[in-house]
Amino acid sequence: MAPLIEIRDLRVEARGDDGQPVEIVKGVSFTVERGEVMGLIGESGSGKTTIALALMGYARFGCRISGGTVRIGDTEVTGLSEAALRKLRGRRVAYIAQSAAASFNPSRTIMQQVIEAARIHGTLDEAAAREKAIGLFRAMAIPKAETIGERYPHQVSGGQLQRLMAAMALITDPEVVIFDEPTTALDVTTQIEVLKAFKSAIRDRNTTGIYVTHDLAVIAQIADSITVLRHGFVQETAKTGMLLASPAQEYTRNLLAAAEPARRERPALVETAAPLLKVTGLTVGYGGLDAEGMPLVPVVREVDLAIRQGEALGVIGESGCGKSTLARAISGLAPPARGTVELGGKVLGPGLAQRSREELREIQLVFQSADTALNPRVSIGEIIGRPLTFFFGLKGAERDRRVRELLDLTHLPASVLNRQPGDLSGGQKQRVNLARALAAKPRLLLCDEVTSALDTLVAAAILDLLAELRKELGLTTMFISHDLKTIRAICDQVLVLYAGRVVETLPASAISARGHHPYAKLLFSSVPALHQGWLDGLAAPAMPASATEAQGREGCTFFHRCELRMEGTCDRIVPPPRQTPEGLTVACHHPLEG
Amino acid sequence: MSASKAAASPPRRRVSPLRYVMPGIVLFWLAMTFIGHAVAPYSGAAIQDADLFEGMSRKFLLGTDYLGRDMLSRILEGARFTVGISLAATALAVGAGLLLALTASAVGGLVDQVLSRFLDALISIPSKMFGLVVVAAFGASIPVLIITMAIIYVPGCYRINRAAAVNIAALDFVAVARSRGESTFYIMLREILPNMVGTTLADFGLRFIYVVLLLSSLSFLGLGVQPPDADWGSLVRENMPGLPYGAPAVLMPALAIASLTIAVNLSIDAFYGSRRAREGVH
Repeated sequence: MAPLIEIRDLRVEARGDDGQPVEIVKGVSFTVERGEVMGLIGESGSGKTTIALALMGYARFGCRISGGTVRIGDTEVTGLSEAALRKLRGRRVAYIAQSAAASFNPSRTIMQQVIEAARIHGTLDEAAAREKAIGLFRAMAIPKAETIGERYPHQVSGGQLQRLMAAMALITDPEVVIFDEPTTALDVTTQIEVLKAFKSAIRDRNTTGIYVTHDLAVIAQIADSITVLRHGFVQETAKTGMLLASPAQEYTRNLLAAAEPARRERPALVETAAPLLKVTGLTVGYGGLDAEGMPLVPVVREVDLAIRQGEALGVIGESGCGKSTLARAISGLAPPARGTVELGGKVLGPGLAQRSREELREIQLVFQSADTALNPRVSIGEIIGRPLTFFFGLKGAERDRRVRELLDLTHLPASVLNRQPGDLSGGQKQRVNLARALAAKPRLLLCDEVTSALDTLVAAAILDLLAELRKELGLTTMFISHDLKTIRAICDQVLVLYAGRVVETLPASAISARGHHPYAKLLFSSVPALHQGWLDGLAAPAMPASATEAQGREGCTFFHRCELRMEGTCDRIVPPPRQTPEGLTVACHHPLEG
Repeated sequence: MSASKAAASPPRRRVSPLRYVMPGIVLFWLAMTFIGHAVAPYSGAAIQDADLFEGMSRKFLLGTDYLGRDMLSRILEGARFTVGISLAATALAVGAGLLLALTASAVGGLVDQVLSRFLDALISIPSKMFGLVVVAAFGASIPVLIITMAIIYVPGCYRINRAAAVNIAALDFVAVARSRGESTFYIMLREILPNMVGTTLADFGLRFIYVVLLLSSLSFLGLGVQPPDADWGSLVRENMPGLPYGAPAVLMPALAIASLTIAVNLSIDAFYGSRRAREGVH
């Protein structure tokens, strides 16, 4: 039987900066059998999304399909007219985008949008389409399947919206579904639910899929075959098992290695009595203060933590758990409502204005996105040089020499000195971001998701750099990330944050899927492992999430999602942190299993 | 095949002759602001001919006005008032608006609130009405005109620039500068300002056009530049009686106003468009 999808020598051109066409997909060929899922993996700019879009005969603005063939069944997609393409899109080929939030129209109900494709293509009448949509919602394990369609997109969670979007794509029973990084923007604990829903939907319907991602562990769960892309070329195509077990290409081997980052070498800690940073009872929020002096919307609640000299503390938690706010409060950018920050035994003022210049110098914050953290109109030399002038009064040749030292330290070529951030690659920008923080000779470096926006291999290089800097400079760091693998690779201690509270503190070496706070356990077990069948091997949760999502001030913040929740205790009393013999500190009412 | 390919290929950026003509016109009027007196063929104030509202001739290229003065000379000399006063008022308005906007965005909080509400109140006063009242109270001298028009346009400039500045002030690199302990002044001038030059320049151009039109209408109403001096608005007004005769004396100053405002507008568009294309952002 002929394969359902056959792409042969596909070429896509984009208009370059000088107006000349630049080929961004350079002769890609692969085939997908009916009922199989092909994974497309590669770093940003590798052409993976462009190829996926070409399946719908679509090229993004400024691009065009310049050669090759894309065949779906008996249809040659590249030769179709606009009218014929309209019949194809949403009917035979459906698309699931990365950001469901941006793909739904906020002013119409979900149901109207989910059944739109069936209405446009006239495959079902309104009532039948609604019924089918509800069936799909059930298949996707979306709670309240009967009524959720009447809500508006902002009234459901991100993970639900992503599944609703999948239902929207499947409503016309398309032959091919394109998944374009559909779980990249989700938290790991949510990602699992979405992946499970996708997988069962694909299996039940015998759907042929193209799954685009940069995450090897995710694709290993879903795809039957994987095509590795780089700079618009196919590196290799192989069955998933084959590719993971014995990659043929050097590049694929690097990707595999970076997907499971090794623990970086770390300097031995000097045992000192007093920690360098000590945070006590820190509460930060916004929206004004109530009668008790607590913020109306608390983001960080009563956090205690300590970092010893030379130590790297990892802070992990899902988006919105208060990780970044914690860092901003420590740096003075977000004055806390309560609690204190001590550096080297000295209590620091709550806000920037109450701290001396020297105190500001000692704590440096490195922001997640180098794109917004570097002033686009200022040269790299000035960006790195400014803290030198500001804190140390360096000028002229002396400052220049120090800037070059810092470039050297962060492995940047001296040629970037006079360039502006826009001329640099993502990895280079992040290095400049680090170099600027290091220029102040900080005692404490706060790294806020510094590798999250980078491609896997670039991120691995930044991790290497951080490990090297720790060794050379004896830096004390707080490393914030939502990615457990990154944290494990570089940190000594790990702090697990949930809804603004510390639920667990543990040595990085003790990260495993057992013997922890229920949230930590869920988090640790949600990180996709780099082998096939991991997703199928996961146990279903013992107790589904509670229907009420309101978060009271009393009780455990994780109560509503906890599998072990005890009515009457967990929702009334904030669990106090308890020490375990293994060196863990866990805030849970339950006795800890071994 | 080739035809469909050509249709599908990205549109080539057209280099329109307007890109050179329009800035040319702006530069011409700018030059006339300073050397209009020197290059005018006659003295604008002197009566040249007994014939009023004469048509175009070789002797008087743009005809004569209601007193028989050479229209071309009067327009060239009028440029000094129209362009000069407008430029001064615009510079004042944009400068003040920009400074206030930067302050509001960098300091934030109460300062931002007070400034914004005060200027919102000011923006609600109709501009011509305000102009009429001030001119009636203080007389129509050139400094009064400049300051009045500057005050009228400060709130608008402030709004535009503040909108741009608060977006930039919320970016991480400003937070980095703050957490370093940089002064508000440094943050305003070094971190925020360089990133909003495009917006401010575009606003300057548009504001200049508004000022030219306001000045011309004030002069047309007799409240602007006073005789014996005359800007283009006054020229239109004083030659109104020539309208029934189809005299170029009415039309030409009006055309001068139109040519200036249109040329400024299109020059900004061209400048801004090419900038956008070059940087590939926003």
